[in-house]
Amino acid sequence: MKNIIELDQVGMVYETGSGSVEALRDIRLTVREGEFISLVGPSGCGKSTLLRVTAGLRPMTSGSVVVDGVSVTKPIQKVGMVFQSAVLLKWRSILDNVLLPAELAGLNPRKYRDRARELLELVGLGDFTKKSPNELSGGMQQRAALCRALLLDPPLLLMDEPFGALDAMTRDDMNLELLRVWGETGGQEGRKTILFVTHSIPEAVFLADRVVVMSPRPGRIAEIVDVDLPRPRSMETRAMPEFGKLTLDIYDTLTGGQAKSADTPRQAIA
Amino acid sequence: MAGLDDAFAKRLWGPVLSSVKRLMIEWFPAILMFIGVLVVWQLAVSTLGIREYLLPSPGSVVNAMLSSEIPWGKHILVTGTAILGAFLIAAIGGILLGTLTAWSNVVGRALMPFLVFVNTLPKVAVAPLFLLWFGYGIFPNMLIGALIGFFPVVINTAVGLSQIDDEMLDLGRVFNAPKWKVFAKIRIPNAYPYILSALKVTATAAVVGAIVGEFVASQSGLGYVIITSQSSLNTPLAFGALVWISILGLALYGAVAALSRVLAPWAEGQEN
Repeated sequence: MKNIIELDQVGMVYETGSGSVEALRDIRLTVREGEFISLVGPSGCGKSTLLRVTAGLRPMTSGSVVVDGVSVTKPIQKVGMVFQSAVLLKWRSILDNVLLPAELAGLNPRKYRDRARELLELVGLGDFTKKSPNELSGGMQQRAALCRALLLDPPLLLMDEPFGALDAMTRDDMNLELLRVWGETGGQEGRKTILFVTHSIPEAVFLADRVVVMSPRPGRIAEIVDVDLPRPRSMETRAMPEFGKLTLDIYDTLTGGQAKSADTPRQAIA
Repeated sequence: MAGLDDAFAKRLWGPVLSSVKRLMIEWFPAILMFIGVLVVWQLAVSTLGIREYLLPSPGSVVNAMLSSEIPWGKHILVTGTAILGAFLIAAIGGILLGTLTAWSNVVGRALMPFLVFVNTLPKVAVAPLFLLWFGYGIFPNMLIGALIGFFPVVINTAVGLSQIDDEMLDLGRVFNAPKWKVFAKIRIPNAYPYILSALKVTATAAVVGAIVGEFVASQSGLGYVIITSQSSLNTPLAFGALVWISILGLALYGAVAALSRVLAPWAEGQEN
């Protein structure tokens, strides 16, 4: 498998009114084509920033980002993005929302109608193409947003806490749905590469081939955990001992400092 | 068979009847209020013996409104044209200036203080100057109405165009979409509810402006009718003109409201 993303010593510092903030420091990560990578970490650890730097939406201040062999300096059109909110355009039908990327990229949207319908069919929204986004539930809106990200068949899918606003049941459904769609929309070139940002450690483990654990301020990679759980994954995967162990390991990494300090005497902290 | 037909009729007429019913329920309080005011007014005038030049009865107002002594059609046309013109100038000018402000930071910074200054001018006091510059006629009246009504459109257009989720703009950035395309496909439709609610204010301002202009100097129009009726103490005529002005104002407001239901149905019921 060839490498699709190569992040080398990526750093990012941005200026605010009260001084400069270091959002990312020395990020080194190589992602192989078709890999599913989860990024976990506490709020403010720069996960979302890293996603946007990879897509060329925000400039890094040091290091290099290479996607598909090309150095990223401005937005690359090879990505599909899914955000925490579905950000569907309220004045457009679901079908027209899914077709938006074609219009924005200067392509003829009519040529993508069939593909848009197929994608909506794939996520179970075949009967909702003419509906307005307001008429859909949160989970359905997020499915439509996923279709929109997949319309132009990008090799790379960047997902920024896409299911964070959904209730727990819907979230579990969407996890399975995402894995199914990921498996089914591969085509000849194989599966898409996914970078998936989440707050939830179990979600990260359940979905990914590797989990990148980040620590905050400045955002650094604390650990990269291989997830060797069998695919296809199902709800039973969550009951496996390995699943529990991986989840706990990552939890320990994330809270490591504090967990240890509970054993240490008070004065050591003060 | 009869039962089947009944069911069929119910299915056919059910939705129609229920929507008529809903409209009745929705409008019932307003209609009742309106009729109540008219009844109290009529009773007050007839029982208290108020003289007609002070407060005419609703009946005599209606008579005056339909009387052929006055060429109502001409006056309505003149004032209606002034109102519509004022509205269109304010709407088009306001939307263009607002878009320009949102498009370029530099233009926005240059333009805004000037627009705020113009807006603080007492527009009514500027009316005589407009007559001096542009002469008598409908055009200066349109300009006064436009001057009163354009500012909310500029502000709301500019605000509506910039009130947008960063993620929505990321959608455009991902595909290197040109700025005009992001405006056309995302920012402008997103601003529709803001622009349309400003246009509702402008619809009322256009009426005020047109009438002020006619008050200052004119030979025709509903404002002119009010001024002349005062000198002859023909108060029913003044009331009649007032009601016609309200009808023109309501028609314009209704048209804007209908437009907003077509252009921004998702925002219905959200605005104040």
